[in-house]
Amino acid sequence: MDVELLLRVYPFFLEAALVTVQLSVLSIALGLVCGALGASARLSQLRILRFVGAAYVSVIRGTPALIQLFILYFGGPQIGIQLDAFTAGVIGLGVNIGAYMTETIRGAIIAVDRGQTEAARTLGMSRGQAMRNVILPQALRLMIRPLGVNINAQIKGTALVAAISVVELTYTAQRYIASTYKPFEMFLLAGMIYLVIISATGAAIAWLDRRVAIR
Amino acid sequence: MSTTESEMAGNGPMIDVKNAAKRYGTVEVLRGINLQVRKGEIVAVIGPSGSGKSTFLRAINNLDPLSSGEVWLEDVQVNKPLTSYQYERHINRVRQDIGMVFQHFNLFPHLSVRQNITLAPRMLKRLSKQEADGLAEQQLRRVGLIDRIDFMPSQLSGGQKQRVAIARALAMQPKVMLFDEATSALDPELVEEVNFVMRQLAESHMTMIIVTHEMGFAQDVCDRVLFMDGGMVVEEGSPDVIFRNPSQERTRSFLRKHLKGRN
Repeated sequence: MDVELLLRVYPFFLEAALVTVQLSVLSIALGLVCGALGASARLSQLRILRFVGAAYVSVIRGTPALIQLFILYFGGPQIGIQLDAFTAGVIGLGVNIGAYMTETIRGAIIAVDRGQTEAARTLGMSRGQAMRNVILPQALRLMIRPLGVNINAQIKGTALVAAISVVELTYTAQRYIASTYKPFEMFLLAGMIYLVIISATGAAIAWLDRRVAIR
Repeated sequence: MSTTESEMAGNGPMIDVKNAAKRYGTVEVLRGINLQVRKGEIVAVIGPSGSGKSTFLRAINNLDPLSSGEVWLEDVQVNKPLTSYQYERHINRVRQDIGMVFQHFNLFPHLSVRQNITLAPRMLKRLSKQEADGLAEQQLRRVGLIDRIDFMPSQLSGGQKQRVAIARALAMQPKVMLFDEATSALDPELVEEVNFVMRQLAESHMTMIIVTHEMGFAQDVCDRVLFMDGGMVVEEGSPDVIFRNPSQERTRSFLRKHLKGRN
């Protein structure tokens, strides 16, 4: 193992890791928005919205994220959507994880005991009032851990945008391999940085989950 | 309540259920039930599981809508045929007048006892925080739990939870209270404290419809008992008649099973 090489290149990897973190944060934020909208659609009273929500989930989950990114980045210009690689990465990854988050959020909402809705409605609350005051506060607590699983997957998933040449961690590792011919060291270094980011995120989610637990 | 009293009131019944029927596909759960409950009257509904008594109770506030038939609360039809938007507004208003207590309490676990009670009055009756707090304190005194006002539901025993659930329902100042097997999920030693609260409520002339498995309680507290089986009211009468001298064989056989080993 070429330790000297690692010491020489790691600052560049950290710089690239910052791009990975930015991609993660922005795409997860977009994913949460898509997930909230998707779950609302899937649980809507309106059949058309339920259909749109279900279609979103099945199309996105039924195709590889890589293909989705390629359609957006390479196919986009053909239909007049011109995005730089980073923006395409954020949108592609965000819309993708949003489909998984749709199901996570929907699952947490329907996991809240039916009796809670019944009690709220019996007191005279409307569907929306019951949802906001009784169901969602409980569902939010239920969805933190499973959303953590989605977030974990998404951080690793940012590696895909190397394929549309966003200069993030994986792309940087590949670039240094091309000049150093040391794939073992380079991928190991990249992997360790992913591990640090994901461990820190996991710890933050566990902390949040404990903090909002119903005592 | 005596006949003269109800005649003096001069009004129609508090609750009037006309020909209530409910089907799930081909299964008939309720087969044409009629029930009139006077103001201040306490009616027990007994019967074997699957007899439709809970479904019937839940039809009264339209939690389980009927397939056909009418439910009236005084001069308002609870299950009025309306467009879904109008119906939502109508039913939310009507339900404020019909308190309901569930077998599994259904307290809101993320809210304190105080918040459980004040949430709906503050939101729906636009009470100020002080007014709502006063109401919560008043209702908690009534059920003997004022010292638990800032507890979370998870810190309460089953009996205490159910008493809070009763206080929560009472805080909306309903005209009628529905009890759906309110003590069935409780450990035997906790049943009495809930029965005590219900008895007090009965003495304050609350109109009550009580679905119960507790024959002793039905006999002591209620003015009238309905025995249901197979989605129908098999027999109906005063507790004395139903429990001591039922006319129907099905009632007798049900009571034999349920009274065995008691007293």
